[in-house]
Amino acid sequence: MSNTPKQTEKLPWKCGKCGGELERGLVKASYLGNDFEVQELKCLNCGLVLITEELALGKMFEVEQSLEDK
Amino acid sequence: MLLMEQEELKLLEDKCTQENPPACTAGCPIHVDARKLMSDIQKKDLKSALATLQKKQPFPGIIGRICDHPCEDVCKRRDVGSPISIAALERFCVQNQSSNSPKAGMIPEKSQTVAVVGSGLRGLTVAYDLAKKGYKVTLFDKADRIGGSLWDFPKNQLSPEVIVEELSVLSRLKVQIELNREITRLDLADLQEKFAALYLGLAKQSADAVELLGNNYDLDPVTGATAIKGIFGGTLADNDSPIRSVADGRKAAISIDRYLQGVSLTASREGEGSYESKLFVNTQGIEPLPAVSMSNEQAGFTVEEAVQEASRCLNCQCLECIKACKYIESYGSYPKKYLRQIYNNNSIVMGMRHANKMINSCSLCGLCAEVCPQGLDLGEVCKASRVTMIGKGKMPPSAHDFALRDMAFSNSDKFALARHQPGCNSSSYVFFPGCQLSASSPEHVENVYKLLMEKLTGGVGLMLGCCGAPADWAGEQDLFRRNWEVLAAEWERLGKPQIITACSTCHSMFQTKFPNIVSLWELMADMELPGQEDMLSGGRVAVQDACTTRHEPSIHNAVRKILQKLKYDIEELPYSRERTKCCGYGGLMSFANRELAQKIVEDRISESDVDYVAYCAMCRDRFASKGKRTWHLLDLIFSDDLEQAAVKPSVGFSYRHENRAKLKRKLLHTLWQETPSDQEEAYMSINLQINDRVWGIMEDRHILIEDIQQVIGYAERTGRKFTNPDNGHSLAHYRPLRVTYWVEYEPQEQGFIVYNAYSHRMEIVEGAHE
Ligand code: SF4
Ligand code: SF4
Ligand SMILES: [Zn+2]
Repeated sequence: MSNTPKQTEKLPWKCGKCGGELERGLVKASYLGNDFEVQELKCLNCGLVLITEELALGKMFEVEQSLEDK
Repeated sequence: MLLMEQEELKLLEDKCTQENPPACTAGCPIHVDARKLMSDIQKKDLKSALATLQKKQPFPGIIGRICDHPCEDVCKRRDVGSPISIAALERFCVQNQSSNSPKAGMIPEKSQTVAVVGSGLRGLTVAYDLAKKGYKVTLFDKADRIGGSLWDFPKNQLSPEVIVEELSVLSRLKVQIELNREITRLDLADLQEKFAALYLGLAKQSADAVELLGNNYDLDPVTGATAIKGIFGGTLADNDSPIRSVADGRKAAISIDRYLQGVSLTASREGEGSYESKLFVNTQGIEPLPAVSMSNEQAGFTVEEAVQEASRCLNCQCLECIKACKYIESYGSYPKKYLRQIYNNNSIVMGMRHANKMINSCSLCGLCAEVCPQGLDLGEVCKASRVTMIGKGKMPPSAHDFALRDMAFSNSDKFALARHQPGCNSSSYVFFPGCQLSASSPEHVENVYKLLMEKLTGGVGLMLGCCGAPADWAGEQDLFRRNWEVLAAEWERLGKPQIITACSTCHSMFQTKFPNIVSLWELMADMELPGQEDMLSGGRVAVQDACTTRHEPSIHNAVRKILQKLKYDIEELPYSRERTKCCGYGGLMSFANRELAQKIVEDRISESDVDYVAYCAMCRDRFASKGKRTWHLLDLIFSDDLEQAAVKPSVGFSYRHENRAKLKRKLLHTLWQETPSDQEEAYMSINLQINDRVWGIMEDRHILIEDIQQVIGYAERTGRKFTNPDNGHSLAHYRPLRVTYWVEYEPQEQGFIVYNAYSHRMEIVEGAHE
């Protein structure tokens, strides 16, 4: 589901918990009993995951809706 | 009706008449699609027009010139003007477009042979129909030409050239023609031997018939079969109607084909010949138009005249529900089709359920049943399907989640309450204002309660809470029942007082559950109302009847009586009372299909320019949110600033919660002199700054102040958030239950500025190494 932003586009966010940098990494997601592994932004250090607005309202929403209709 | 079974589906489908043919087609003995023909002519597409004729007519050039048009007798245009001149328009088509008859070779040939004796319209039709099906047909006539009485028509109506040209199609279909061949009883055995089936074109009781078949020429009225196997006849009734003769021939051809294929001659033949269509056509309000006359009778219609006459066609369809219901309209088809889609959706075991959204978008308002000539209630089907979906665990969780949480809030301690009137220990009545009025106009709940305590004797208790409609609409039967049991227990505890409802939805939910309920409006209609004396004239208003009062005429009347008392002039909307329209909140439509629910508001508020009066808080707020000046009926009684009340914006979702909670606290305090124990959660004291843009986003995305407070409270407590060093913003999330909320915010001295908020339902399983 990851909507890979252009490599150059750099998000301004840093992990507020540990100060770590964010990078794409494997993240487990689940909805209605379906589990996936997806590439998302997370803190290299402590693993805190960031879901952007674009992702939440775009691709993620679509996947939710289609799982709901399954 | 929990699970729609096949038979039930059929019964429901049968109620929808939209797919039935128009009167003209049903009235035409061979079912020419005159409606389509009219549309072809309107488009000046004569090629298509001819194809439309050819689809049913064996020799359009002939029939188009001689048809005695029983279709016109039943054409619906006759109710508003005079019937469409269908026959004259057919003539126009065949005069102006030469036929391109079926080409030989395109038909799969069959080996079986058929003899057709007699070449009048019946025999010609039998020969044509069977040859087109690929049979080897031989046509016999005792005369020296085929066509029989066709040659008797006046030449200016049907010229010999046309007859020859039109009948030439038979040679192209490889029909063998044997002229000057009189068939006698002696030949019969021979023919029976040579041919697999025989058609005898003999007039009933004619000398020929008797000579050939003796007493065996008794035709089966349904199939045209004689008593002798393999021999068929065509004259079922004495008629010299050309088009009925063609129909006779067609009937015989169908029988012969079935006979040769070895299938039942009699099964499902009801639809043959003229019949009365079940299609309902509402001609009310259609402007009458007289028939277009021909400038030259001899020559027939000119192109312009033909187009003009064809344009009078009503394009007969039912579509009553589609005219009335935007939901039905918005899915682009009509209930018969939807029923099938819903049925399929319910039957899916694996795979995508494409109709979920459709099922959840209906407002369950019952208008369709009201306008449908057969009373088909699509809402009932949608409702039952929701129950089925819940039962199977297949209801999309996002569809009703927000509304159900709202209901849970209303039935939590924050709002729910059941008390006797202050100072009383029994109640003759109990006022149940409902959750939405309490959220939209808490001040009115207070006003009404005080008025009722003043006017009624025996004690007026108060019950705050939600009636359970969201659960009912969502198909959550168990939740609805549990909710109702709690309400019923409280009501019993109060001594089973008479319930007074202010909300039509509560009223409809309680109607069958509690005995003897009464609506506030019915009570008020007979009460002296505050401010009534000094009213001069209120002006003109249009009433929005709540869709849940559809079958409550006494409420409709009471509301109008109150308005009259207040000296308002009432305008009835085109759809009112039992035909009223839902505001888009009913059935939780606005949660399942926001865009549609918005369109429904826009459509409803454009029905009249005058100010509206609603007696449902949701109708009032939804109309006002689209800029329609709308009062709640209670505004007209209690508000001292009517101007402001008419335009008051709808209360946002967050404040709906807050208003209810505040109302309860206030009433406890002012009426029962209690200081509610406020055990507010810590996060609730978090102070937020939210501008209009963000406010709009929150409303749009169904995110409440308390959701945001929880995210920030959690993030600030745990430090689990992201920060932007460039602008000092924080971004954090929290998942109270089923939804993860994200908030971008900035800490301030006095609280937090909120910049953005969004949510998702998918759960992220965060890394283990924290
Ligand atoms: S108005 Fe048109 S569609 Fe209706 S019955 Fe007449 S010809 Fe047919
Ligand atoms: S119940 Fe109301 S919203 Fe639903 S299909 Fe019927 S008319 Fe339309
Ligand atoms: Zn970190």
